[in-house]
Amino acid sequence: MTTFLQAVAGGLGQGSVYALLALGFVIIYKSMRVVSFAQPAFMLAGALAVSFLAEALLGIPSPWGFFLALVLGAVGVALLGLGIERTVIRPMVGKPVFVIAIITLGIDIVVRLVANIFIGLDVRPVGDPWGLNSINLGGVQVQERHIVMLVTTVLLVAVLFSFFKYSRLGLAMRAASFNQETALAQGISVGTVFATSWAMAGALAAVAGTFQATGAGIDQNLWIIGLKALPAIILGGLDSLGGAVIGGFTVGLVESLVATYQGDFAPWLGQNFSVVSAYVVMLLVLLVRPYGLFGTKEVERV
Amino acid sequence: MLAVRNLEVVYDDVILVLRGVSLEVPEGKIVALLGANGAGKTTLLRAISGLLGVHEGEVTKGSITLDDEPIHRSNAARIVARGIKQVQEGRQIFAELTVEENLRVGAHTNIKHLKENLARVYGLFPVLRDRRKRTAGYLSGGEQQMLAMGRALMSDPSYLLLDEPSLGLAPLLVQQIRDLIVQINEQGTTVLLVEQNATMALSIAEHGYVMENGKIVMDKPARELLADEDIREFYLGLGAEGAVKSFRDVKHYKRRKRWLS
Ligand SMILES: Nc1ncnc2c1ncn2[C@@H]1O[C@H](COP(=O)(O)OP(=O)(O)O)[C@@H](O)[C@H]1O
Ligand SMILES: [Mg+2]
Repeated sequence: MTTFLQAVAGGLGQGSVYALLALGFVIIYKSMRVVSFAQPAFMLAGALAVSFLAEALLGIPSPWGFFLALVLGAVGVALLGLGIERTVIRPMVGKPVFVIAIITLGIDIVVRLVANIFIGLDVRPVGDPWGLNSINLGGVQVQERHIVMLVTTVLLVAVLFSFFKYSRLGLAMRAASFNQETALAQGISVGTVFATSWAMAGALAAVAGTFQATGAGIDQNLWIIGLKALPAIILGGLDSLGGAVIGGFTVGLVESLVATYQGDFAPWLGQNFSVVSAYVVMLLVLLVRPYGLFGTKEVERV
Repeated sequence: MLAVRNLEVVYDDVILVLRGVSLEVPEGKIVALLGANGAGKTTLLRAISGLLGVHEGEVTKGSITLDDEPIHRSNAARIVARGIKQVQEGRQIFAELTVEENLRVGAHTNIKHLKENLARVYGLFPVLRDRRKRTAGYLSGGEQQMLAMGRALMSDPSYLLLDEPSLGLAPLLVQQIRDLIVQINEQGTTVLLVEQNATMALSIAEHGYVMENGKIVMDKPARELLADEDIREFYLGLGAEGAVKSFRDVKHYKRRKRWLS
């Protein structure tokens, strides 16, 4: 039982990263009907920005200096996303979705190349105060960083959902996502909707990247975790925010449970099967519900 | 006054759909714009409200002015902010949002007066108040039309452009929508009413225009149009076209017939 709970705790912590990333993908998808492949680069850029900021803010007592660095880093990447949307993506609006998706891939590569210059070949600490420390919760060893990740993610998700439910801009984004022409007819600026979605996705990716880098630090391969958001959004459905969150946590849990138990129950699958387990679950779900667990039926895949 | 002068609209750079349309909507009035399917009525409304771009359409000649200021180069958000609001053909409600969320989206450009406008809209359409937490997609056709109109009113526009509000509604509901348009107009909103149901539109409009093939072919006080035998006869499809030839013609004939029923 303890082993199980430990696996669940780790899964929820890691799942937070996937959920935040998946939310970014879904927010952009809902506003532009494009899957943005720039998310992994935003993740890397965010973690990197936070690592420098945390260094600069060492004077502030732990963990507040780190949290401040996290907020500033997220704002910075949000501005980066905003700028990229305005200069590179906006002029392409109206072009085939495929073309825009390829451009986001180009953005991803460029941003990562620049980020790599700052990272260098070594692992760069992100400056978090937790490392791999654990605490004992009723006999279950839980990593401190996983608790922080889970709590922060739950808070962020709550803020995000209230934004979409109650705020003027959030409602406008939902309306524009449902029917762009009718949103225009209500006086909504679709440009503002696009820009906001990129800024939000950038900020979410920055937080996800920073969380991923706690414990192990930042290296040039950090972005690969960004690919784990794909099974998460496909599980949840490309156009469902709730689905992204549930998909993200599901992927985290599946990975963690498989890593814990597969050696005992199915050793013939080989070592490290947990790394691909999320993709296996994704394929199984796609067989039953091609539009994801919570997605809209008509949604096409890119 | 909203004035359209000599307007030409082209879709996809080649398809000329409006060929020199002129029309005036004086403040405080209800003006009817009639015409068969494909005449170009919706295109004219799109041109006024800045929605041509979505359809690869463009104003190539002429002008649209609001109180003598040109607006045909403005974007949709700007035009809504200037007080012109369109209710699109087929309601186009945000089906996934609740009724009240739809209304709040309608208030996007006028969030300051949300409370008053919400009270006004619920006063006009009490059924929307009863259903305000309901997902809009589950409303009936008539309720959806009311929601679309209420949503447009949420920014308190001075001009309301209605595209075929009676389409697909039962006669009793058409009556109700008609009375609501009169009420909205009496509260101070100018209305440009596009309809195929000519009897309904002309019964409440001051002035009427008839459009055909992208041109205004008739422009008279509503009362005179209602009495005009030529118009009735022509739009009943009993004119020069002669015998019914194909299924398509039959459909066309029926459509025209309904137009004056
Ligand atoms: N997006 C478009 N692209 C090309 N042609 C269009 C487009 N929308 C409408 N049309 C054409 O313009 C003409 C007028 O259409 P419309 O304005 O919808 O007429 P109405 O509202 O009077 O039925 C029709 O012949 C229609 O086929
Ligand atoms: Mg039409």
